[in-house]
Amino acid sequence: MTRLAILLMILALPAHAGEIWITNEKDDTVSVIDVDTLEVVRTYPTGERPRGVIFSKDFSRLYICASDSNTVQVMDPETGKILHDLPSGEDPEQFALHPDDRHLFIANEDDAVTTVVDTQTRQVVAQINVGIEPEGMAVSPDGKIAITTSETTNMAHWIDTATYTLFANTLVDSRPRHAEFTADGAKLWVSSEIGGTITVFNVADQTEVGKVRFEITGVSSDLVQPVGFKFNPEGTKAFVALGPSNHVAVVNMTTYEVETYILVGRRVWHMAFSPDNSQLFTTNGVSGDVTVIDVASETPVKSIKVGRFPWGAAMRPTKSQ
Amino acid sequence: MTWLVALSAILHREALRFVGQRSRFVAALVRPLVWLFVFAAGFRAALGLSITPPYQTYITYEIYIIPGLCGMILLFNGMQSSLSLVYDREMGSMRLLLTAPLPRWWLLFSKLLAGTLVSILQCAAFLAVAAVWGIRLPLVGYLVVIPALLLSGLMLGALGLMLSSFIRQLENFAGVMNFVIFPMFFLSSALYPLWRMAEASPRLRDLCTLNPFTHAVELIRFALYGQANLMAALWVTVALAVFSAAALRGYDPARGVQNRKG
Repeated sequence: MTRLAILLMILALPAHAGEIWITNEKDDTVSVIDVDTLEVVRTYPTGERPRGVIFSKDFSRLYICASDSNTVQVMDPETGKILHDLPSGEDPEQFALHPDDRHLFIANEDDAVTTVVDTQTRQVVAQINVGIEPEGMAVSPDGKIAITTSETTNMAHWIDTATYTLFANTLVDSRPRHAEFTADGAKLWVSSEIGGTITVFNVADQTEVGKVRFEITGVSSDLVQPVGFKFNPEGTKAFVALGPSNHVAVVNMTTYEVETYILVGRRVWHMAFSPDNSQLFTTNGVSGDVTVIDVASETPVKSIKVGRFPWGAAMRPTKSQ
Repeated sequence: MTWLVALSAILHREALRFVGQRSRFVAALVRPLVWLFVFAAGFRAALGLSITPPYQTYITYEIYIIPGLCGMILLFNGMQSSLSLVYDREMGSMRLLLTAPLPRWWLLFSKLLAGTLVSILQCAAFLAVAAVWGIRLPLVGYLVVIPALLLSGLMLGALGLMLSSFIRQLENFAGVMNFVIFPMFFLSSALYPLWRMAEASPRLRDLCTLNPFTHAVELIRFALYGQANLMAALWVTVALAVFSAAALRGYDPARGVQNRKG
């Protein structure tokens, strides 16, 4: 009987416990949400205006873009202590970690450069001149290409990571804010906030192969501003945050058509999947909360209050108890 | 045993009426659907309504209005079922019913229960159409809502019964419909959350809070999400007791209006 009870308890325990780390732009904090209880379990102070956030491969380090402190902070997620700062150039907003788990590619919005930092030596390895107001950052899965999008030049800049030089520049719609490679590295998606579109490129020859457009019944098209997005692990669907339209679009990655829109909190920025990919957590800047979406049914489940103006989101699995 | 015979006879009669009057069923279904598809469309709130319990995230207006429209079905049906009592009285079948050798409260309760069961069927049909339309609720809600609908339906039916005991003619009843149904429906949380009412005027909000229909709607709203709103349940139960007592008094031949000379 006791054995049965223990077995039941083990079965009842979630197999993929985890946390979602959220940066709060106005509070200068990170909020930690427990994936099982869907509650904020810890809050840690950070530098000024934390935005982009990313974990090292082994989840032992959290990198935080503290935009107004002009630095990238390195936090120990176990203790919430800031271990040290990394040189990042002016106003870092978003960054991407190279698959070597060592080099950070940082977009410096005010300086029109992309800074490459070695997280081990804590030195700037290179600075690459790109367009005006660089914002979105991505590194290809094979680590050979880095992308910076510049908000004012309206371009995606293709950087060769071996030489740290630009080898292509491609035009996208107005104010590109976020870039992601598909898992196979074959396609690059770039969202344009003002243009209201996502442009899809073929990575091999940098040609445009598709355009995603959005239209929400009852919402002015001015408010439909695609920003952050994430692909599901199967590579079939993209979840796109649509800013002040308070919706997340579910996009078919083959047809580039929107399948449905999910209502979330106000001004949705970015998102992170739970460890088992069954839930998606979106940061809602204006309403100061995080909406949890059930991925299978594509419905919102709950909105969790965090700090003021939540912006970035990153997932960290925790050990099963 | 005779008690059950009476109950089943009354249920049977109500069921016959339900089956026989298809148009009544359709009309009762169309009313909330028009509100859902036309009225709610105008207030769609595509950008989402603020979070109020029992909702855990942002919702559109269509989702907000569903419990209120279930309440509307119960309210209209409760009144209509009582209206049929006025008709029964005019036609004389009431006399037959009330001369049965059973306590009057049992006969009236049977009538009340029969009417409420019909209302619940109509709510189920309404929720089914809404689900087809894409407004789906947690599965557990569809079960938990049944007792909430029963309690609320009995309360609103008792209100109708109480009113019908004081009305001698069908014509008068129509007036009461206007003076009771509409204020009750509009002065409640059926169409707008109470905080919205408070923005317009705190006094309006207070009136809504006193309205037992508000509590019936909130009871249904929480139940649809598998939650119990005990405060609302208490309010509805108290209202049910008060209305039932008044209805019994109204139908008491010694004291009620039955014996008064018209």
